[in-house]
Formats: sequence, structure tokens, C-alpha cells
Amino acid sequence: MIDSLAVLAVFFGLFFFLSGSIGLLRLPDVFSRLHALAKADNIGLAFVTLGIILLEPSLLNDIKLVIIWLLIMAASAVSSHLVARRALRGERDDD
Amino acid sequence: MIEILWFLVDSMLVLLLLALAWTTCSSRDVMRAVTLFIAMGLLLAIIWARLKAPDLALAEAIIGAGVSGALLLSAISDYPSTAITSHRSPLMHGIINTFTLALTILMSWAVWHGLNMSDGVRLSEQVSSQIPVSGVSNPVTAVLLNFRAYDTLLELAVVLTAVLAVLILNDKRADSAASSPLLRGMTRWLVPLLVVTSGYLLWVGAHAPGGAFQAGAMLAAAMILLQLAYPSIHRGFNLYLLRVLLVAGIFTFVLVGLWMMSANDDFLAYTPAWAGTLILIIETAATISIAAALTLAYIGGRPTGWETGDHVITGKEDAG
Repeated sequence: MIDSLAVLAVFFGLFFFLSGSIGLLRLPDVFSRLHALAKADNIGLAFVTLGIILLEPSLLNDIKLVIIWLLIMAASAVSSHLVARRALRGERDDD
Repeated sequence: MIEILWFLVDSMLVLLLLALAWTTCSSRDVMRAVTLFIAMGLLLAIIWARLKAPDLALAEAIIGAGVSGALLLSAISDYPSTAITSHRSPLMHGIINTFTLALTILMSWAVWHGLNMSDGVRLSEQVSSQIPVSGVSNPVTAVLLNFRAYDTLLELAVVLTAVLAVLILNDKRADSAASSPLLRGMTRWLVPLLVVTSGYLLWVGAHAPGGAFQAGAMLAAAMILLQLAYPSIHRGFNLYLLRVLLVAGIFTFVLVGLWMMSANDDFLAYTPAWAGTLILIIETAATISIAAALTLAYIGGRPTGWETGDHVITGKEDAG
């Protein structure tokens, strides 16, 4: 039961990564691409982490996994912000 | 079934690595090449982890992808992207390609030969049999800091020499523009975490993957992040202290080596009872030196006031 839930969660996460990657390749501009990528990072990774946590018996490792997820969320949010900011400024500078 | 899946994953990793390496080398746009190089470093880290070499995976992720990526990006930011293109003659191209091909064949032969060597002594067995007297239980650290300590000493010398060249050639880069408040906010949270992680990597190197190079690069990453978030932070550097930190690693290493020479008649031949402590002392000093060296390499030259040693803490230039 737990196993199939875990597999389901991981696959759900992978689906977000897949759609994020497709979005990165297909969407027209920087901002919508960032939007697609950030979804993959946050929700996709959340579900993959959840899946692994369900399979990992050690509580210490579970905590580590959650910390990794939180760190990647923070890094992804800030780097998306920086890329978007740069893109905005760049468009203004080119004028 | 599971073997087939792993085979598929492994072949995909190898093909991706080759494709990334090829596009990195053949890319005309330098910015693109650097980005691809960073991606290649991350992929290589995954491959090392898959090959059950976590030490190398850590080092590749932190140094190969992380710090080298930052160094390359900061280096190309000095020039407009159109200014750097390769101007090699076809003859030069031919020579380089021939040598690279020859080197690839030679190394492939060496690996093949090593794997097929039926008799003879395997180095890994020799290392495992000597672990008890090395002072540490992680075989990689035992090799790097004990059995082959001389090589590691020379590696530190190479890093120091490279940074001295950087310091001779250039003043530091012009400060970049003020950064975003969001980045500053994250840096405030992340830097203490990075410092603690670096200390952990240094300490854990004795019995698990980790060690001076990874810890030093992690510390340097913290400094690079600070530099990005607070562009004028270098004005607060204590330049005398920075000089001392830069050479602390080699100085400690040589000092321990000479001390052990007086006791055991051989350079860097540790007394087994003290080996663990000596290795930790050397690694601590090396961590700090590597961090200082990489930080100086990242800012690209002499910090303001390097020659005179004066502190230039001015309020006027970085008001705001």
C-alpha cells in the first residue's frame, strides 16, 4: 500500500518535471518559461521527495530530504526572481 | 528487469555526458559554452555518484560545477560576448585534435589494461590493508592526506601559484551593481548554513566522504554568494589576515612534514598514533587556504589596498 502510494507520488512529481521541461522548450518568452520551470522545481520535487520519504524508514534521512527540498525551493524562487529581474532590466536597457 | 532499467539509465547518462561535452567544445558563443560546462559538471557528479564514488561526486558538484562555473562566469563578464571567439588556424586545430585523440586512445588503453590485469597487486587492496595505521577510516582521505600526502601538498602549491598569478595580473573587478533584496535575504540565511556544512565536510572527511577540498570550496561558495549579494563587502577584508590565510595550508603542511621528518627520518611520514590529529590540523589549514584562494580568484585580482595593506572603508562610494 505504502509502496504504491510512493510510486504514485514519484510519478506525479515526474509528470511536473516533464511538463516543466516541455514548457521550458515550447513557451515563447523568459517569464512564462520561468513560470513553467519553477513549477517543476517546487511541486515536482515536492512529490518526488514525498515518494522517497514514504519509502525511507529512517526519520533522520526524512528530515534531511525535507531540508533539501526547502533549500531547493528557496534557491529556485530567488534565482527565478533574479533571472526575471535581469530580463526586465535588459529589455529596458536595449531601448 | 531492474538490470535493464539501470542499463538504460547508465547509457542515457553516458550519452548525455558525451553530447554535453561535444556541444560545450563546439559552441561558438562563450556564454553558452560556460552554461553547458556547468550542466556537464552536474551530470558528471551524478555519474560519479552512480559509480559509487561519493567523494568525487561531492568534489565535482562543488568545485567542478559550482565554483568553477562561478569563476568562468565572472571571467567572461569582463568582456562583451562578441569579443571572445576562437581564432585558431586549421593547422592548430589539426594538431590539437591529433593530440586529444592520441591522449584518449592512451587513456582508454590504460583503463582497459588496468581492468584486465589478472595478477599483480591492486592498489585498492594495499590501501585497505594499511587503513588501520593511516589515522583515518575513509580510504580516500587516507590516500590524499597520508599515503600520497606529498601529491596533495603539491596540489595546494598549484592552487596558491594560480592565485598568485591572478593577483599579479589584475586589480579586482569593478564592483557590480547593487543586488536584489531577495538575494540579500537568502544570503543571510544561506551563508551560516554553508559555513556549518563546510565544517561538517571537513570533520566528516576522516571517516566518510568529505575533506579539505570540498570544505574549502563550500566556504568559497559562501564567500562568492556574499560577494554577489553585497558587492562592496571586500572592503571589509582584513588584508594582512587574508595573506596569512592564503598560505596557511601549505605552511602547516610543510611544517608538519618537517616535524615528522625530524621524528621519523622521512618527509611527511606520520607517527601512526598522531596521524589522525595531524591530518585534521593539515586539513583545517588547507580548507581555509583553499577558500581564501578561490575567493580571491573569483574577485579576479588584488582587493583594493592590497599593496599597502590599508583598509579602504569608505562611505562615499557605496552609499546606498
